[in-house]
Amino acid sequence: MFSDELEKISWDETTRSIMSKTAADVQRALDKSREQLSVDDFMALISPAAEPFLEQMAQLSREYTQMRFGKTISMYVPLYLTNSCTNSCIYCGFQKNNPIKRIILKDDDIINELKAIKKIGPFQNILLVTGENPVAAGVEYIENALKLVQPMYNNLSIEVMPLKAEEYKRLTDAGLYGVVCFQETYNKERYKVYHPAGQKSKFDWRVNGFDRMGQAGVHKVGMGVLIGLEDWRTDITMLAYHLRYMQRNYWQTRYSVNFPRMRPSEGHFQPNVIMNDKEYVQVMLAFRLFDHDVDISVSTRENKEFRNNIIQLGVTSMSAGSKTDPGGYATFKQELEQFSVSDERTPQQVQDDIRQFGYEVVWKDWDVVLQ
Amino acid sequence: MENLILGDKIFTSRLFTGTGKFSSNELMQAAIAASGSELVTVALKRVDMDDKNDQMLNHIALPHIHLLPNTSGVRNAKEAIFAAQLAREALETNWLKLEIHPDPRYLLPDGEETLRAAEELVKLGFIVLPYVQADPILCKKLEEVGTAAVMPLGSPIGSNNGLRTKDFLRIIIEQSNIPVVVDAGIGAPSHAAEAMEMGAAAVLVNTAIAVSANPVLMAEAFKLAVHAGRMAYEARLAEQSMGAHASSPLTSFLM
Repeated sequence: MFSDELEKISWDETTRSIMSKTAADVQRALDKSREQLSVDDFMALISPAAEPFLEQMAQLSREYTQMRFGKTISMYVPLYLTNSCTNSCIYCGFQKNNPIKRIILKDDDIINELKAIKKIGPFQNILLVTGENPVAAGVEYIENALKLVQPMYNNLSIEVMPLKAEEYKRLTDAGLYGVVCFQETYNKERYKVYHPAGQKSKFDWRVNGFDRMGQAGVHKVGMGVLIGLEDWRTDITMLAYHLRYMQRNYWQTRYSVNFPRMRPSEGHFQPNVIMNDKEYVQVMLAFRLFDHDVDISVSTRENKEFRNNIIQLGVTSMSAGSKTDPGGYATFKQELEQFSVSDERTPQQVQDDIRQFGYEVVWKDWDVVLQ
Repeated sequence: MENLILGDKIFTSRLFTGTGKFSSNELMQAAIAASGSELVTVALKRVDMDDKNDQMLNHIALPHIHLLPNTSGVRNAKEAIFAAQLAREALETNWLKLEIHPDPRYLLPDGEETLRAAEELVKLGFIVLPYVQADPILCKKLEEVGTAAVMPLGSPIGSNNGLRTKDFLRIIIEQSNIPVVVDAGIGAPSHAAEAMEMGAAAVLVNTAIAVSANPVLMAEAFKLAVHAGRMAYEARLAEQSMGAHASSPLTSFLM
């Protein structure tokens, strides 16, 4: 399991190694990037030494992305089913100590939300999101939701608490395609500070969830770290290690990476670390050079100008028109969002902008008949 | 250039094209038109089979174009067979490009699953064009189960690396009794010409056209290259047959 691998990697050593990378290391990585890069090469690409090389990295990233994906961006939409949560993640709007109205959408509400989403865009890729409440909204609830969604959408993914392998298998048999789960931070010591209680406080359970997804035959696994907690260069490197490990062990699975930058939320948690636009782009480019096939996903946490400017840089998947509160599309007037949406364009506007940049938007890239 | 007989159809163009990766459906349509292609493959995962007005299909629904659905995305024979049957009903064609590539990184074909699926699909009445590694033994086995052609790769999908497998393509072409269509990895018109000169019946090109800075121009370039390569091949054949029927052997003057 990955937790065993992670034990062998020192956080501090990794940080030191990244910070000691030189321009020569970066150039070597760039020269090698047509073939497979190592994690050590990746460290060079996300180190401060790579900053002057950004334009070169961008040119290569665009080339590799186009070869693999063409001039296309895939669209998805999130549907928050619940904000009821038994965890106390200190940075999250849904954490159990926040005095917000707790919602668990019922079947009728879910159907209404699905219909409302179809009106705003011809989405086929949908991401169902829940908090962690295994009693009131556990695996059965999620399975039921999948069954409701399936007639209307061809590609179903979930972003929920880590599950057991047999539970992932059960959901895959019920039509699930992908699972998204962010490790938040790979720093085991500091993880406890951010996730003090509840099932989420168990680091190994979460970090090994990805192995369980692979074992269960989940088609696509979405991984990520939350930028704002620990040193981002080290956390991003751990994510790269994890990605490489997963590919080696679960070779039939597709992967995506996401590294959301923390935004304001109701909990008044101020990020420890701020990542600026240049650094965000550097990470995106580094991932593309490291892995020509990984899906790089950028949500509406990022604003319109930024998302337009990165279209050719390696991003392959975007959400649009998102509501991050359960019932936000049709059912309830706005309750509390999990994070505030920075890009408020409609899906149609996002499509128009993407086309302006000479790229095509892909709404459908999976079919239920294929699984 | 001789016409190509494949399955139950006659093709005047030996350039097959794909529909993925284009920056717009309009550009895709224009490029395919410029290519002169009469066999166009479409991934089932991209089309809405329930929608008669699916945008991608609309843009290639022309009388001279034959649709070739492909099963890109499936991971094994069972999934491919299931998908094929639903597609046949929805898209009203029994032609199928069998693509089983469980490794999403390099999209290399799973020969074992492909052979298993091909055998079953042929029995079910499909015209099967299987995408495979340039494995001469596998190609003979596919021929034996009754596929309409074999489609060995030149190099990994999207790599534009050309005919890395050329030594094996040569063997396949030499040994095959059915059309050999080189599919995947063709990155330049010169690669396509080379494949045709070697005796491939046709080539399939997607990425090199779709992602080009000028897809329409590139499509036309490929059309000309395929033509040139095939003409060269036919000329060589003519020369060989002339040599065999020479009424006066070259060395008769020595007798």
